[in-house]
Amino acid sequence: MSAEAEPSVTVTDVELDAELTSTGLVASADEAEYALRIGDDSLILAQQLGWWISRAPELEEDLALGNIALDLLGHARNLLHFAGTALGKTEDELAYFRDEHEFRSAWLFEQPNGDFGHTIARGLLTSAYQFELYTQLAASSSPGLAGIAAKSVKEVAYHRDHAVQWILRLAGGTDESRSRIERALINTWPYLDELFRDDELHDRFEGAPRPSALREPVMSVLRQVLAEAELDEPKTTESSGDGRHGHHSTYLGPILAEMQVLARRHPGASW
Amino acid sequence: MATAGATGEEHVGDEQWPMWEVFVRASRGLSHVHAGSLHAPDETMALRNARDLYTRRGEGVSIWVVPASEITTSDPGSKEAFFESPAGKNYRHATYYEKSQGVPHL
Repeated sequence: MSAEAEPSVTVTDVELDAELTSTGLVASADEAEYALRIGDDSLILAQQLGWWISRAPELEEDLALGNIALDLLGHARNLLHFAGTALGKTEDELAYFRDEHEFRSAWLFEQPNGDFGHTIARGLLTSAYQFELYTQLAASSSPGLAGIAAKSVKEVAYHRDHAVQWILRLAGGTDESRSRIERALINTWPYLDELFRDDELHDRFEGAPRPSALREPVMSVLRQVLAEAELDEPKTTESSGDGRHGHHSTYLGPILAEMQVLARRHPGASW
Repeated sequence: MATAGATGEEHVGDEQWPMWEVFVRASRGLSHVHAGSLHAPDETMALRNARDLYTRRGEGVSIWVVPASEITTSDPGSKEAFFESPAGKNYRHATYYEKSQGVPHL
């Protein structure tokens, strides 16, 4: 074979995007506390969604849930990194070496995957909340939080769309799928209220939307989705969960144990 | 309802989702190119699954999905009758013809 017949193969260098936004900024104590709260939300949900890989109803749904988990992990990395600039810790130290009472995620995010319906119902609520939150936070006076929110909101819009599409299909599918999504919504709905409670941080820190200001826009979107799916709004009692101050349900411990075991057994290990 | 399987049982929902063919356009001005196939319950979800499966690394700006059952294909068994006829018909190629002397603008 002549040399000319051998096509030369080259791999085009892809310019990789920076993995972290808001680098170079140092968070204030309040910004850090706020970033930890919403960063922990995403971290815990990402960890939970990873369970579905190889277990979703179809291969395509494995990929969809896995993609959402990776998006959320990206948001969590940004937020924990930013929080870490105030606390003198790295994102890994915050993710792997804090104990349960130091996590600031809300109870909704630590609720179990359950069946596919429960994961979708939880996904609808978390994404509807995060979409409004990031939309408002993108206009924040804190450049660090605003930058992370502006990047994250586009991905969360897709997460919300994914959940809405499945709510419509499960509600309009078989009797079985409809009763399962109804049950899932009833079991998940009580954890909404915690997301809309203001506390001392929001009184002090004006760089973030007040949780109570998110209630109406979030509920209005959820009501529209339920109406389109011809589902009733669940009538449930509000959970008294208080994850924002480190008081968690029994579900968080096992999630953290699985997420942290490797890093704790081999501190400082790298690829 | 589908015909009962060998076990005599049937389960609603056990059927596999239909197959879709995915075409992705990498950038403006290029054609859509066949990227692969996937399963999805309907066209809306097919488009979303295609986004997740085939554009995760920024490969595309536009996606088409087509039900695989709607594509009519040539029969691999009749390859000879379909595709071998051009062989030997070199006069169908422009390079077969020699340029005549004195003809301008060729």
